[in-house]
Amino acid sequence: MEKDKVRSSCCLAVIGGSAGSLDAILKILPCLNTGAAYAVVIVQHRKPLQDSPLADILSDKTGWSVKEVEEKETVTPGTVYIAPADYHLLFETDHSFSLDASEKVNYSRPSIDVTFESAADVYGSSVIGILLSGANADGVEGLQKIRDAGGICIVQDPATAEVSYMPAEALRRLQPDLVLPAEGIGMYLNAI
Amino acid sequence: MERALHIRDDETEQLLNDVQVKYGYDFTSYSRASLKRRINRLLLLDKFPSVAEFRHHVLSEEQYINRFVEELTVNVTEMFRDPSFYKTLRNEVLPILATHPFIRIWHAGCSTGEEVYSMAILLHEANLLHKSLLYATDINPGVLETLGKGIFPMSQMKQYSENYIESGGKEDFSSYYTAKYDWAKFDEVFGSKMIISTHNLVSDRSFNEFQLICCRNVLIYFDKPLQDKVLDLFNESLEPLGFLALGSKENLKFAPVGRRFKQFTGKEKIWRKIK
Repeated sequence: MEKDKVRSSCCLAVIGGSAGSLDAILKILPCLNTGAAYAVVIVQHRKPLQDSPLADILSDKTGWSVKEVEEKETVTPGTVYIAPADYHLLFETDHSFSLDASEKVNYSRPSIDVTFESAADVYGSSVIGILLSGANADGVEGLQKIRDAGGICIVQDPATAEVSYMPAEALRRLQPDLVLPAEGIGMYLNAI
Repeated sequence: MERALHIRDDETEQLLNDVQVKYGYDFTSYSRASLKRRINRLLLLDKFPSVAEFRHHVLSEEQYINRFVEELTVNVTEMFRDPSFYKTLRNEVLPILATHPFIRIWHAGCSTGEEVYSMAILLHEANLLHKSLLYATDINPGVLETLGKGIFPMSQMKQYSENYIESGGKEDFSSYYTAKYDWAKFDEVFGSKMIISTHNLVSDRSFNEFQLICCRNVLIYFDKPLQDKVLDLFNESLEPLGFLALGSKENLKFAPVGRRFKQFTGKEKIWRKIK
């Protein structure tokens, strides 16, 4: 009952992934119906190249508008945002993005933990945290913070992840609401 | 596991107001998301048992304020960060600056000065360093002390050397410093052209006119009104046709002063003052 209440108030889905997560993201995005009332934010570990083709790659796969986050931009529903390489991505209380070039966290910048924690802090129970394939444990603590704030936690089924360490570590350390293959995550988001 | 302390929004506002009244450091226009993270990090680093005790310590132990300011601001920097930016400086901006009899460059919010040294190396290689002055300013006296010594961790040199080569550097990067144990001391010829001073972008004014101002990854920590104010300060501090260089995710596009500038190259965040 309470879950349904949480689900209907979702306005942000934050997806974190590292090694092998592009594959999962490319399965989730094409599933998503356009005209949704929530925004999607993707934090993916990658090389700090200035011209990242990620936004272009993802644009081809979905009817949503896909863009790399610009500093102080307002989070707008129906948009897929990508965390820029070499910056941590945070949320302000007025639902705008902030960037932060401070110390790496879990050897990563952007760090999934940092964005998950900030999302939990600002969006509370209206956030869905999704952790995908990866070779380190960045994101697990942040996912717990989302859970503590009353948000929904989804972990990619490690058996379907290209690199299972990250989702497996999440399952070892916390109890997510759902464990799903990538396609299932897309379908779940459509149902909210 | 012990739960880390988290400062609440109202506690943050209270603390920032108290610090401003007592010490004159005004963080009230800093972006809150990042600032709160820095405060939580400091609570953890210095093992405060509660936010109240932290606040008491900040306000009663006057020598702690330097650490407070240094830890609340971000002092992460590297040499030749974003090599393509330095390549553009090297190939397109410096040839224009070279036509001036004297070159003044301001590195605002320079932290420990890795970017100032990068610039000095570029000027040296363009044979312009002898007629240049690099003004290096930051809010933190502590980081400027590091800058003044010109000594940086040896562990970073491999990365810096790679950045340098990627930026179009043709020399042997290690010829610019002397290695001693874990430290690399840069040639004094670079430091001799630097004027180092504290300067707070929130409260201090323009102090000279420059041909180039570099302020990269500083504005991201400010709210929009403060960003606009600082950009006004930069505009006042630039000669006509002077250059302004910002971080790769910072933009003049939406600032009121933006109409006075023209982006110099499409790709890099370098603007030229046109009126």
